[in-house]
Amino acid sequence: MTATVGYDDVEVGTELPERLFPLRRVDLVRYAGASGDFNAIHWSDRAAADAGLPGVLAHGMLTMATATRLVTDWVGDPGAVLEVGVKFSAPVVVPDDDEGAAVSVRGVVEKKLDDNRVVVTLTTRCRGEKVLMAARATVRLS
Amino acid sequence: MSLNQDFVGRNFVSPVPFQVGREQIRQFAQAIGDDNPLYHDVDAAKAAGHPDLVAPPTFLITAIPGALGLPTDDPALGLDYALVVHGEQRFALRRPVVAGDELITTSTLTGIRAVGRNEVLVTTYRYNTTSGEEIAVGTCTLVSRGTAPPRA
Repeated sequence: MTATVGYDDVEVGTELPERLFPLRRVDLVRYAGASGDFNAIHWSDRAAADAGLPGVLAHGMLTMATATRLVTDWVGDPGAVLEVGVKFSAPVVVPDDDEGAAVSVRGVVEKKLDDNRVVVTLTTRCRGEKVLMAARATVRLS
Repeated sequence: MSLNQDFVGRNFVSPVPFQVGREQIRQFAQAIGDDNPLYHDVDAAKAAGHPDLVAPPTFLITAIPGALGLPTDDPALGLDYALVVHGEQRFALRRPVVAGDELITTSTLTGIRAVGRNEVLVTTYRYNTTSGEEIAVGTCTLVSRGTAPPRA
């Protein structure tokens, strides 16, 4: 369990550069299968409309997984993640087309704690809107 | 229809241990589009000091009992799955979940409160192995849209 990022090499304000992650309808179907969350609002336009939603939505947990990935890719070893938490502030609408929705994630080291731990704050947007609020991960660096 | 407050405080426990398998981890990692070798390659995971494939942190959501960690199929709870959206999610891990783990998850509905016309359900999860090792805890907030009664 060794992060490839050293605690002494980061400071408050160190940035995790923004990345774009496309989410298409097929990704939602695949996530439904892998996670066991078959709520129809994540794959059926009819179900989404019946529920009064603006369209088929990505699973919140898929958005959270996508945001968390910025951190796990940064440290290399996902076992370095000690805590991760998000609030889902806006839905990620995924149209049934080739492009789907592009989710952008960037991060910044917000705090350095003891025991080589740091807190990374994540900013996650789709179509310019923040889809996660208070998104933070605590990771142990080497 | 409003949710049934009688369910607050109840525990829901996996009826059988959740057996974490390598293929399951690989499929979950593929589903989140993540090719981290520690999710896919046993040798890479072992070289990094893990006993087997590592599961992504949010994989924990798959190990909750039933759908949403709640007795959603019990009409007495009164939860309409189609009206539910996820409000918040948090996990704290003592160690990562790895292939071969056998997890027992206890989900506790800690509260239902009305916020405007919505109802907010807070559920906590405790993930232990069958040998009693505490792996992780989680907190989940769900929003049941439009099911709170209008204020008099």
